[in-house]
Amino acid sequence: MTGQALLEVEDLRIDLSVNGRRYPAVQDVSFSIRRGETFGLVGESGCGKSITALALIGLLRNPLSIGGGSIRFDGQELRDLSPDGIRKLRGSRISMIFQEPMTALNPLSPVGRQIAEMFALHKGANWREAERQAVEALARVRVPAPERRVKDYPHQLSGGMRQRVMIAMALACGPDLLLADEPTTALDVTVQAEILDLIRELSAAQGTAVLMISHDLGLIANMCQNVGVMYAGRLVEQRAADNIFLAPRHPYTQGLLAALPLLGARSKFGRKKLKEIEGVVPPVVAFPTGCRFNPRCHAATDLCRAEDPVVTSLPDSGLVRCHYHD
Amino acid sequence: MKIGANLLIGGLLFAAVVIAGTLAPWLAHTDPVMDADLLYAEEPPGAAFWFGTDAQGRDIYSRVLYGARISLTVGIISQLINTVIGVCLGVSAGYWGGWWDDFVSGLTNMMLAIPSLVFALAIMAILNPGLSSLLIALGLTNWSFTCRLARASTLSLKSQGYVQAAKVLGYSDVRIMLTQLLPNMLGPIIVIGTLGMGGAVLAEAALSFLGLGIRPPFPSWGSMLSDARDQITTAPWISIFPGVAIFVTVLGLNLLGDGLRDILDPQSRSRRA
Amino acid sequence: MISFVLRRLLQMVPIVLSIAAVIFLMFSVIPGTFVSSMNDDGRSVMDAEVAARINKEFGLDDPVYIRFGKYVGQLATLDLGTSFRTRQPVTTVLADRMWPTAQLALASMLFAIVFGVPLGFIAALRQGSWIDTISMISAVSGLSLPKFWLGLMLMYIFALVLGWLPSFGYGDGGIRYLILPSIALGVAPMALLARTTRATVLEIMDADFVRTARAKGMSEARVVQWHLTRNALVIVLTTIGLQFGTVIGQAVVVEKLFAWPGLGSLLVDSVTLRDIPVVQGAILVIVLFFLLINTLVDVVCAIIDPRIKYT
Repeated sequence: MTGQALLEVEDLRIDLSVNGRRYPAVQDVSFSIRRGETFGLVGESGCGKSITALALIGLLRNPLSIGGGSIRFDGQELRDLSPDGIRKLRGSRISMIFQEPMTALNPLSPVGRQIAEMFALHKGANWREAERQAVEALARVRVPAPERRVKDYPHQLSGGMRQRVMIAMALACGPDLLLADEPTTALDVTVQAEILDLIRELSAAQGTAVLMISHDLGLIANMCQNVGVMYAGRLVEQRAADNIFLAPRHPYTQGLLAALPLLGARSKFGRKKLKEIEGVVPPVVAFPTGCRFNPRCHAATDLCRAEDPVVTSLPDSGLVRCHYHD
Repeated sequence: MKIGANLLIGGLLFAAVVIAGTLAPWLAHTDPVMDADLLYAEEPPGAAFWFGTDAQGRDIYSRVLYGARISLTVGIISQLINTVIGVCLGVSAGYWGGWWDDFVSGLTNMMLAIPSLVFALAIMAILNPGLSSLLIALGLTNWSFTCRLARASTLSLKSQGYVQAAKVLGYSDVRIMLTQLLPNMLGPIIVIGTLGMGGAVLAEAALSFLGLGIRPPFPSWGSMLSDARDQITTAPWISIFPGVAIFVTVLGLNLLGDGLRDILDPQSRSRRA
Repeated sequence: MISFVLRRLLQMVPIVLSIAAVIFLMFSVIPGTFVSSMNDDGRSVMDAEVAARINKEFGLDDPVYIRFGKYVGQLATLDLGTSFRTRQPVTTVLADRMWPTAQLALASMLFAIVFGVPLGFIAALRQGSWIDTISMISAVSGLSLPKFWLGLMLMYIFALVLGWLPSFGYGDGGIRYLILPSIALGVAPMALLARTTRATVLEIMDADFVRTARAKGMSEARVVQWHLTRNALVIVLTTIGLQFGTVIGQAVVVEKLFAWPGLGSLLVDSVTLRDIPVVQGAILVIVLFFLLINTLVDVVCAIIDPRIKYT
């Protein structure tokens, strides 16, 4: 693990167009990921985590589009690249796995072929060679009897197996960065751990950096070195994983932690009651004025309702966006 | 296409046809059946006869106006019959299940296997030509889509809380169907009904064209075209205007149906294309 | 695979039988036989003795259930009865008419597929463009055109005014005679196919697995080629199968207009003359044709889509 930044996102803004008006679905998002690092992005659904990931690889679709900021990958500004240029990065240097392994695979195509496509696309392999490599790729994600499984169709596999296929596909060409969008949310609890282990192990072996997206703080705590907490399109707190769990600064982060069931080691933090954050994430077209979290914040003041807080650096080099971060 | 455009254009076209039909006695220049004058046979369109005259010297403009009455009557009433049949069968089959459901499903499959125009033709064969026969023939042959939709909606609604609650409260089955189930599937059913109305107008025209629907001299657009065929070389306008009238009516209904679907049933983009 | 096809064919039997029963009962219960219609029309008044003799000859005096029993018995041996008019076996009458109708139905579906599917595809890939708008306006217009009027206009323009094509009839069975009727018949299914294809492609473009394909770094052309086409094909094929039914039904009008010697014009003529055995036979053949085409489509879909089980 080196200190060099692989991905640097600065002031990213994603616009949502509704009837000709543009609303910022994601705004002022800055973070960076070093080579080999695992960076976590946490928040409730609708906070803009997934579209941030999609924006990184140029997969935003109407009515969403990048409205500003910069995305530097390995020193190259991705927003300067042509659509074809960024397409060539996809799959080969930046890969993505999705939440729903059920629908994310083509139902009419054998899984082996879908993995083989990666080798055919990016390594220029012929089909026979690509299919052979697909068997190896399946073996790497520990699918039993891979030479037979490659002929199976997605509906013949379990959810966990399908997600393994997705991982095999995403890591096929040894990418520098893996975007994992809620990779275990749709899976059984028992399978979740296996899949996470697999991602951790394989990315470590290949030196792949991971952007792990989840609503599950526990998962992020186990996987990541650094964590960004997103709320209503903004990063509200960004710190080293250990620090954020020991001393969360933003009321939203505190709320997320309070909502976590405390099992085993985590119960040492000493909280007894499970609390949920009241209210819901506001829709993009109706973000409140002032701090976007103020309607749901237990400590909101008139200042919070009137003025947007700025990002403040914390002594432990973390960042927080709250008027009362002390 | 924008969501509103379909609805607006479709609504305007359909409204124009409805107005033409209702106000025909005031808008028409002559009586559509009686005012035949062989001295003016096959006059081309002009100041006196806007759409020209036919082989019997009748004013085509007036006949087209009156034709709207027949097309609209057949379209609206036959489609109402279809909708009532489809909803009754579909909802009751979905709600009660069992042998009744099997029977209705079998019936629907059978109906889907006979092209509806062929079935309507067979019914017209045993009834005498005329308006009421047309209503029966077209009203009994095009309910399968409505029925399938009503059945599927009932099955998915049946398990929902409020329907269960109504059952617990001791509501009668019929009351549950009418007050709990029907209102929740009305949107898509109206859409199918509107599109089906266009189909019924086309079918009426086709049957009348074949001489099995409205018989001459009554001014159905289909029977007017049936007469016009022989004069197509000498007087093509006799064929053009009734056809345009059918086209405008059906186009209006189809656009209206598409527009309503965008509003009432937005999920079903691909269900019936 | 073979058992799947057989099972599918077997499933047709109850449908065909129930249709046979319905059609038979319709013409038996409701008054208006061949004999009475001849009297009704006043074209030829038949004296009671002759009427009775004809009734006896065709077994029209028996109770309905006996006649239906006989009818089903005959069906089992592929005997559809005897035409009231021509006194020929119905099967012979129908046999001559089947090929022209099949020709017409296939030609018009071919026209519909060749123009409708690509049109819908292009419209979807260029969603919101002028190509999309124009294709969809033409599609809804095509669906709204009365087929016989379209046929009449085509006949007027291309046969009578321009003289490029024969105006009606089967002629030598050559392609020149087939063009106008199959266009008249094919425009509506073409429009419907264009709309279905467009809607299907748009839906698949938003599917998760297409996003996966893009995330793999595929170009749009590759996405279409490798992932979109096959998935759209299943739905488009099903629509094509169902459209066959409509086409055969609507062929009745177009055949009559173009004096095309197919099942449709035979059906209309027999209905007008109340030649019941021929009407019954023609409807059964039409239904059978439709069901066979759809079975074929099901089989092809099962080959393309591994989720459909051969059971």
